[in-house]
Amino acid sequence: MITEAGHFSLISAFILSAVQMSLPLYGAHKGELRYMELARTTAIAQFSLVLISFAALINAFVTSDFSVLNVVLNSHSDKPLLYRISGAWGNHEGSLLLWVLILTLFGAMVAIFGRNLPPQLRARTLAIQGMIAFGFIAFMLFTSNPFERVLVPPENGQGLNPLLQDPGLAFHPPFLYFGYVGLSISFSFAVAALIEGKVDAAWARWVRPWTLAAWCGLSIGIGLGSWWAYYELGWGGFWFWDPVENASFIPWLFATALLHSAIVVEKRDALKSWTILLAILAFSMSLLGTFLVRSGVLTSVHAFATDPERGVFILLLLIITIGGSLTLYTIRAPNLQPGGLFRPISREGGLLLNNLFLSVAALTVLLGTLYPLFLDVMDAGKVSVGPPYFNATFGPLMMPVLGAMVVGPLLSWKRGELLSVISALWFVGLAALGATAITLIYSGIEGILPAIGVGAAVWIIIGSLMELAYRAKLFRSSPHDTWRRLMQTPRSVYGMTIAHLGVGVLLAGIIGTTAFKTESVQNMNIGDSVSVSNYTFTLDRVEALKGPNYIAERAVFIIKEGANLIASINAERRRYPVERDMTTEAGIHSTWRGDLYAVIGEGNRATGWTTRLYKNPLTPWIWFGTIIMAIGGMVSLTDRRLRIGAPAKRKGFSSSAPRAVAGAK
Amino acid sequence: MMRLIYFLPLLGCLCLGVVFFLGLDSDPREVPSAFINKPAPEFSLAPLPGRANASQADLGNFSRTDLVRGQPVIVNVWASWCIPCTAEHPLIDRLVKQEGVVVHGINYRDKAPAAANWLARLGDPFSKVGFDSDGKVGIEWGVYGVPETFVIDGSGIVLFKHAGPLTPEILEQDILPRIRTHK
Repeated sequence: MITEAGHFSLISAFILSAVQMSLPLYGAHKGELRYMELARTTAIAQFSLVLISFAALINAFVTSDFSVLNVVLNSHSDKPLLYRISGAWGNHEGSLLLWVLILTLFGAMVAIFGRNLPPQLRARTLAIQGMIAFGFIAFMLFTSNPFERVLVPPENGQGLNPLLQDPGLAFHPPFLYFGYVGLSISFSFAVAALIEGKVDAAWARWVRPWTLAAWCGLSIGIGLGSWWAYYELGWGGFWFWDPVENASFIPWLFATALLHSAIVVEKRDALKSWTILLAILAFSMSLLGTFLVRSGVLTSVHAFATDPERGVFILLLLIITIGGSLTLYTIRAPNLQPGGLFRPISREGGLLLNNLFLSVAALTVLLGTLYPLFLDVMDAGKVSVGPPYFNATFGPLMMPVLGAMVVGPLLSWKRGELLSVISALWFVGLAALGATAITLIYSGIEGILPAIGVGAAVWIIIGSLMELAYRAKLFRSSPHDTWRRLMQTPRSVYGMTIAHLGVGVLLAGIIGTTAFKTESVQNMNIGDSVSVSNYTFTLDRVEALKGPNYIAERAVFIIKEGANLIASINAERRRYPVERDMTTEAGIHSTWRGDLYAVIGEGNRATGWTTRLYKNPLTPWIWFGTIIMAIGGMVSLTDRRLRIGAPAKRKGFSSSAPRAVAGAK
Repeated sequence: MMRLIYFLPLLGCLCLGVVFFLGLDSDPREVPSAFINKPAPEFSLAPLPGRANASQADLGNFSRTDLVRGQPVIVNVWASWCIPCTAEHPLIDRLVKQEGVVVHGINYRDKAPAAANWLARLGDPFSKVGFDSDGKVGIEWGVYGVPETFVIDGSGIVLFKHAGPLTPEILEQDILPRIRTHK
């Protein structure tokens, strides 16, 4: 009964989305406020209906209602509650419902919080959002209905892929989708602006908080996914350049570029058509990711069960949405008024450089991801593109971005002076060079790239703090004045400093884990010791244990440094009888200096066990860096001009364009 | 002219659409080995140190020249930490002692003492054993797990590849017939 209510709710939401995508658009065209206001009511109602529908699905999973096909295929009554809930979005149909839920959530939020938006822009934006919802709900109702019943309910379900039965992965999709699908609203804003033919500072200010919120979600979602891969897949790595990882990373890169170029539109009224294009591309890449995961054109550990018919449907949705918006772009973008001019050495110049390299990097990742498909389609053979390609192309492309991250914020708008920036940053550069040199001495000449990476991390971390110190005139003015300046600094500036700091911490973690890890693979019997770097891992015992829905073999490793006991860690190998599948759980001892990591493989008492032992320096910095970046985004979200919709008015000097270097003169 | 630039994103999108449409028909899961009926890769490996029961001639470098001596050979990728390698070891032994086939080994991502110890314990049927401690040559061969076994004709062409442990059936049905026809 509840299941049918969920299904009915979804059908009602479908009908409402048809209203939301048509009448408000007509109203905005004719200037009829009544029709325009319809967009808000339908957006909120639609979200409520999809929420009911989603709750109904969760209910079916929690109560293990095996008359629902989706529950039969993806759940089992022995599963712990958390995984009965997360099982609802651990499959194609359910995750699509989550997708639509978040799509309508963003629509409803714009309807509720976007009170200061001009009615025309709001109506058009929500109408576009309605179109996307229409397409995706249709997709669900016609090809992927999560509420389908089975005629003869089985005794029990078939269980959920054990790899997905993990806290990291239970929360990963909601965050990821919040980001991925949240970019839809930037897309809708961009298309609405193209329809109106007007992009201005106010538009950029309205788009920014939504993009920021989505970006924060996407960052956390990608971080959670990477953390999961790290401890669950048992290869000691955190990023595999897998097509589905890339599918979430490409929109992140475009969204990051969009966040930065929107600043230029807001402050200087320039880069308009470029910003619009980025907003379209960021969401298009989210759609592309959705298509890649569900159509089966590429293989991946994450891919859902695939079906060519669904593939054709999503492809059609993709072509209409992306092709349609880009057609509109082709027609309208040339007529957007070009804004303020600027010199290459300026804040705008720095942001444009950041944009170019981020976009090129995103396209490089896209090319590597799709290259096997291109060759296959042209019958030129099957290949796979692995980490060496991505590391060789992506790393170098990021270097200019990392450099500009520190220099850019110190440049003034329109026309900056490199000399004053150098005078502010010379010792940050010196510290970075020093860190590079020390790393080189420590790791030898073949470590030149990691050493540059360490230098870059130092450059960003110190440089970001320097920018804030410079702005506050630390040590160049009275403590009182410094304090006053710090208090007057807008939150968006703090947000930037924090987020940039996070990038530095993240980079340090990545370099430490990839370039300086020590790895040892061997066969061990109980009592055997293996030394990894300056640590000794002893296989103390292997015991059997029983979980709620699995049986495990748990290996206990005692780790010593010299004679000092450091830790005892448990690595498990779990067997799930219902799903007939195995998973590994790495044993990890984390400190701020890094991780000691152990995985146990096949074996028994007679043959011994295959074990993989790692020392991964600085790995926790990867997760902390990601969290710091997301916190930076959230701090920036609380900036007054986004809350109130206008910058704070202050006497004396302009606060909307705080100029660190030029202002200090 | 300027307007053409604005057309580029749409053009890119349409091209991708066509590629995806064609791609829907293909099955990415069938992954043929890139080497079947193609020449084995160019490589050269230092010998595994510490082999007690190998002849002097077999203690040299293992390289592609060892694969082009006119007789079919087998290349087996193994490691001492790999439990399935231990399981298939008697079959390798049989290939060499009963069938008279030359089997070369690539010792993959292993430590020399552990590997030598493994050979001393289980027996050392291999002719040459190259020591691929960092797995770089493994990448050349497209190895993604141990054990893997390649059958190569006398001119360096890969005839067959098996990923995972050998079984008597695979030996009888896939490996020995190929060896016999190329002898």
